Amino acid sequence: MLAAMDQSDMQIDREKQKQEAHFRNLMKRVAQSHDRQAFAVFFDHFAPRLKSFMMRKNVSAELAEDLVQDAMIAVWRKAGLYEPSKGSVTTWVFTIARNLRIDRIRRDVHMPMTELGTYDEPSDAPEGEELLGRKQEDGLVAQALKSIPDEQRQVLLLSFVEDMPQSEIAQKLAIPLGTVKSRMRLAYGHLRRILETRS
Amino acid sequence: MKPAHHLDDSTVLSFAAGTLDDAFSVVAEAHLSMCPACRAAVREAEALGGEVLDALEEGSVSDACRAKTIAALDQATLYRLPVAPPRSDLPPALVRLLDISSFEDIAWKKKAPGVAMCDVKLPAYAKGKLKLLRISAGRAMPEHGHGGEEITLVLKGAYHDHMGVFARGDVADLDEDIEHQPVVGPGEDCICLVATEKPTRFKSLAARLMQPFVGI
Ligand SMILES: [Zn+2]
Repeated sequence: MLAAMDQSDMQIDREKQKQEAHFRNLMKRVAQSHDRQAFAVFFDHFAPRLKSFMMRKNVSAELAEDLVQDAMIAVWRKAGLYEPSKGSVTTWVFTIARNLRIDRIRRDVHMPMTELGTYDEPSDAPEGEELLGRKQEDGLVAQALKSIPDEQRQVLLLSFVEDMPQSEIAQKLAIPLGTVKSRMRLAYGHLRRILETRS
Repeated sequence: MKPAHHLDDSTVLSFAAGTLDDAFSVVAEAHLSMCPACRAAVREAEALGGEVLDALEEGSVSDACRAKTIAALDQATLYRLPVAPPRSDLPPALVRLLDISSFEDIAWKKKAPGVAMCDVKLPAYAKGKLKLLRISAGRAMPEHGHGGEEITLVLKGAYHDHMGVFARGDVADLDEDIEHQPVVGPGEDCICLVATEKPTRFKSLAARLMQPFVGI
């Protein structure tokens, strides 16, 4: 059953806003003045989470730390490219880590993960997209994740954290592939509805 | 013209999670390079990934890893955006794999009257197959269900079936049990990029296409 959320459920998450503002500020210091102290604070927050993120599918602790190091150095190198309008700092770090994980597995120079931003043209940015970073800061995406049924959240976690393709999820949960897809669609539809109530 | 047919939400989520098989991920990325709406959708899905990362329990990071990372900053050069490849009608994701820059350079192999194909080589670990398909103007493709997962992106020309008209940029990201009979419009050949599961349990795309012509 989809938990229907009414407006009163959606509290703006002040803590989250504060944390994101802090991260944005650190990013700015790294980008503009190569501030190592700011980077160290950033490292201490994200590296432990990235370690958990990388420790999947027979990845050794050693390789996981290698990947953490690569991800954090990429953050340092790319800090100037971060665009707040297109998502939160945390999401940006996630995409860097995800791309590294894929590139290390694929190890193929012809198929590097491309940053979506390279396809953007200033003229065609839809209005809603500009607001995504803001909505995420307000905690809307986190609320969407919390308020979906467990069976949908499980499919998301297996995808995003355990790095499992749809077919593997179907096998693991002993459900048809079509059910995996429909749980994904429901979860995503729920997120959409929550984001739209605040557009 | 912005595309009218888009990626399925489950494909958007899997792309954002980075779990799509290579064949499917190339087609998805090719569509994304032409579709601002789906790029926005992927960003929303990535935001879910961000929240998931944020909520992960913290692993223990060794002091050595921290020290090495900070020491490495001295050598780390600032990232520069890669030089954009020269403008091409072919999507960048495909250009990188094929090393060609225009439709004229595609090495077609005739498979049946009015049907030509070109395999796009993927790394060995890719589970799916990727190919370019050229159907001549005015030709109907044989009616076929999708005996496995399949995703098709129109790169040139157009076809229509019961779902509507599919022109450049449109993607048919259909459930496997949908049957359809695409018909290519008159005047121009239709070139598509198609990702399929490796034909093990299922008949290959080639076999399905050639069926009515050679009677197999
Ligand atoms: Zn689209």
